[in-house]
Amino acid sequence: MSKQFVSINGLCARIDDGEAHKEILRGVDLEIPAGEVHAIMGPNGSGKSTLSYVLAGREDYEVTGGTATFKGQDLLALEPEERAALGLFLAFQTPVELPGVNNANFLRTAVNAVRRARGMDELDAVAFLKAVRKETKHLSMSDEMLKRNVNVGFSGGEKKRNEVLQMRMLQPSFAILDETDSGLDIDALRIVAEGVNSLRSPDFSALVITHHQRLLDYIVPDRIHVMAKGRIIHSGGPELARQLEAQGYAQFLSEAA
Amino acid sequence: MNAIAPVGISPSAFLDRGDVKGNAARLRAADYLRTVGLPRAGVEAWKYTSLRALADVPFAAARRDVDAGAVDTLLAEVETISGLGAGASRAVFVNGRFDAGRSRLPQGVRVAAFDPAAEMRDGIDPAGDVTTALNTVLADDGLALVVPAGVDAGCLLLVSIGLAGEDAPVSFHPQHRIVVEEGGRLAVLDAAVGRGYYLHNPLYDITVQEGGYLSHARIQAEGKKALHLAVSHARVASRGVYDSFTLTLGASLSRHEVHAGLNAAGASVHVNGAQLLAGHQHGDLTSVITHGAPDCISRQTVKNVLADHARGVFQGKIHVERIAQKTDGYQMNQALLLSDTAEIDAKPELEIYADDVKCSHGATVGALDDDQLFYLRSRGIPGEAARSILIRAFLHDVVDQIDDARLKDSLNLAVEAWWKREVA
Ligand SMILES: Nc1ncnc2c1ncn2[C@@H]1O[C@H](COP(=O)(O)OP(=O)(O)O)[C@@H](O)[C@H]1O
Ligand SMILES: [Mg+2]
Repeated sequence: MSKQFVSINGLCARIDDGEAHKEILRGVDLEIPAGEVHAIMGPNGSGKSTLSYVLAGREDYEVTGGTATFKGQDLLALEPEERAALGLFLAFQTPVELPGVNNANFLRTAVNAVRRARGMDELDAVAFLKAVRKETKHLSMSDEMLKRNVNVGFSGGEKKRNEVLQMRMLQPSFAILDETDSGLDIDALRIVAEGVNSLRSPDFSALVITHHQRLLDYIVPDRIHVMAKGRIIHSGGPELARQLEAQGYAQFLSEAA
Repeated sequence: MNAIAPVGISPSAFLDRGDVKGNAARLRAADYLRTVGLPRAGVEAWKYTSLRALADVPFAAARRDVDAGAVDTLLAEVETISGLGAGASRAVFVNGRFDAGRSRLPQGVRVAAFDPAAEMRDGIDPAGDVTTALNTVLADDGLALVVPAGVDAGCLLLVSIGLAGEDAPVSFHPQHRIVVEEGGRLAVLDAAVGRGYYLHNPLYDITVQEGGYLSHARIQAEGKKALHLAVSHARVASRGVYDSFTLTLGASLSRHEVHAGLNAAGASVHVNGAQLLAGHQHGDLTSVITHGAPDCISRQTVKNVLADHARGVFQGKIHVERIAQKTDGYQMNQALLLSDTAEIDAKPELEIYADDVKCSHGATVGALDDDQLFYLRSRGIPGEAARSILIRAFLHDVVDQIDDARLKDSLNLAVEAWWKREVA
């Protein structure tokens, strides 16, 4: 087994759709070395979000084959919270609303849970507030958003920023951003990209899922992968984004068929 | 008078006890109980709750001589649950009897001794329902408190402590009368705790006069073996507010029945509550809100969190009389089932005879949301803590309905303590 940072081999997953099983991932192979940012592009329904959910530990999906390791650990054997403690973070394509849960309390609970699991001291209220204020300022978020219930009544763009805020507060070493750019205007896109770029370091990797080459102008990836029908069907350098933008996925789809 | 066999369960343990003293109300109540007995489930007003657990149990009058140390321990428990320390005004009842030594009544109120000969006030039918009748027959003490016109009497902790053996069942039936006169104010935090095998059957006779305000939050945290049958009769005058909340945490079987009458234009009543039940607990919140005058407001939100084999019952009737135009009524009942074996039974009833009213009601039943749980866990929050966050979020907006900040804090503390004890 590979000792790579993030290593996914032949990953297959399906979902129970009532009676029938629906195969969604059909053997995903992906290696992301430490310090690299990779992008996944691909048509709707190709399994990009499913891949990110399976890596984050969502229970609806049944893994039927393959492996996924992170820092040498078998990711698939861990609970979602253990994966977070290990350093994995997923920015959801559709962030979940939590009525009755205060955003600041939620964030502090999460930060202290991962800090505890990582053997670090918990942040007291003052230290937490200081840390979070610094991040909200960078992300041009109002403090008022911290007082609201998690994602409730947030606009699409506010939800995405809130995801990036959580990412920055939880200090992951591997972040998956699932279409974090959709619904953002160009200013917000820049801010979000900056939020990711400033984390770039030899100990931080990211997997950026997107439909748009535009985001990849701001977060320039080391590799781009094309996903279709539950598999990675093509990989290339950052120049692939423009080619896909211009010509679409058709050529790769027919090659793969 | 033993010729008629009641349709329900025989109430003889109560009626033959010998301490039934007669006035007209008591005799009427006793006759009623003799005739109907204690209900089994299925009677319309007791559709989902049965008093089978009372059958053939020789409930005796509760003892007066109880272990003082145990009383103090339980009183300290109430202080912890409520966050209202020794400094707060309080009226303490032990096994249904007023404990003057442990009580400290608020300034500016009038308190009278319980008068066993006093007749029920207008509007309370001693034979109108079983809980009221049982209390009427056996009541021998209670708080009788008047907040004079214009006085803000602050916050009063009303404590009930039950102490009984494990296998010598007793019962006590306090009758509390609270009157808030014109423009007066009072917040009552009412906490019931105890140990052993007992039936606590309190009656609350509440009158809020014009522009008066009474906030009444109950924390029912009786012992595991206890039975709790409470009934409130509230009458609210013009511009008066009765803000009530019942938090049911304890007892093996409990029911709180609220009868609220809005009898003058512009009166408001809130009949909110939450039941947090686990094990084999059965909890019933039943209410009848009567809009008997125009321009009155009633608000009701009831939430149930049911774990294990617990069963929650909600019956809520809103009756709008023909005269009660411009009624504004709202009712919501929600249940969160934490296990496949937990159960909720709900019976909302809207009876509307006026044509220009705004009355809405709704109900939801569900489990914890998997997407929400996963979202929390993906942020590193362990499963148990994530569940706790979601349950508290579910309860948040009902506890939030309580106007009085002191009472709200106390209820939040009580919910927290329950959570730590029962689920975490
Ligand atoms: N929970 C689910 N239940 C049923 N079908 C699902 C579920 N999740 C994903 N799918 C199906 O799996 C396929 C891949 O979905 P998804 O991973 O969301 O794709 P993408 O993110 O690439 O658009 C789609 O056909 C989608 O309908
Ligand atoms: Mg997707």
